[in-house]
Amino acid sequence: MTKKGSSSVVIVGCGRLGALLAGELSREGARVVVVDRVEAAFAQLDAGFSGFRVTGDAVEQRVLHLANLERADCLMATTEKDTVNLMVAQVAKTVFAVPRVLARVYDPAREEMYRTLGVETISPTRLSAGEFMRRFAGEERRS
Amino acid sequence: MKVILAGSGKILYYLARQFSRRGVDVRVVAPSEDEARELSRRTGATVLAGDATDPRVLLEAGAWRAHTVLALLPNDEDNLAICQIAGRMYRVPRTIALVNDPENEEVFQRFQVTTAISATRILSLIIEEQAGFEEIARMMAVGDGSVSVSEVLLREDAPAVGLPLKKLTLPEEALLGGIIRGDRVMIPKGGTHLQAGDRLILIAARASLETALRLLTGEESS
Repeated sequence: MTKKGSSSVVIVGCGRLGALLAGELSREGARVVVVDRVEAAFAQLDAGFSGFRVTGDAVEQRVLHLANLERADCLMATTEKDTVNLMVAQVAKTVFAVPRVLARVYDPAREEMYRTLGVETISPTRLSAGEFMRRFAGEERRS
Repeated sequence: MKVILAGSGKILYYLARQFSRRGVDVRVVAPSEDEARELSRRTGATVLAGDATDPRVLLEAGAWRAHTVLALLPNDEDNLAICQIAGRMYRVPRTIALVNDPENEEVFQRFQVTTAISATRILSLIIEEQAGFEEIARMMAVGDGSVSVSEVLLREDAPAVGLPLKKLTLPEEALLGGIIRGDRVMIPKGGTHLQAGDRLILIAARASLETALRLLTGEESS
């Protein structure tokens, strides 16, 4: 995404990751809608956030309509639950025809299969493991 | 035929019991150790404790040899994951999911779940059907309730309209006792042709009532 300023992003899950992304994208000028099942979760959003909040379960298409997903350029599924992220990502892609869909998936065993289904996944487990390995290799070289 | 049941609660218990009784080779996946132990004791089925949305758990349940996987968890996202993992990773030919949000039924089918069943939709259909069932007024039950006498209105689009009675093959324990046409009562004879607007007096044993109604009105009884 090169022109962040004019793009519109729906973030599902207002946990630490979702809230962080919402704040950053907001500051960069993107139109952001954050969806969470629990209203209290929006307390995590920082003062820089200037987008919209939708309370509801994103597994329901009705809620995704409320978030105006059909007009979004990108969906980011960042809840704590892999199966929610994966279902929302697939619905966004096939039903709402969202051009870019990114899903957080903790379990690397699941991630593999969803890639074959065309879902773009980000695995914190894999990312951290990679980072640990990279630094470990750096240490070895240093010693 | 090997069947994997993944779910929780009463529906899992009753299905596991039913399949076990019928001698189906069934493997059950329950979310907790407690539930798994209890289910295994009560149904005699092989029960595994674990998260069925985890590919490793389905593998352990023998997904490679399964013919059918039923996903019966209370959350739609979990049932979708189970079916997709079973179908894509382990090539299970038939996947059946319970869907809570009726709007997800179509989506599941698009994501290659063989059958998606929405209890919400089925129940509301039954209620709607019953509301539209004005043509049948059950008048009374006789013989300790084993036989019913109903008045059935024939609508224009009913399959029995235009047929002579001898062409109408009612089930054995059902018969037409009379035809009310306008303000006349006719005794049914083989050559009598049924007309739209006729009110039929149907006498039927409980087991034959549904078949007879379907034959006359074309609608499913509820």
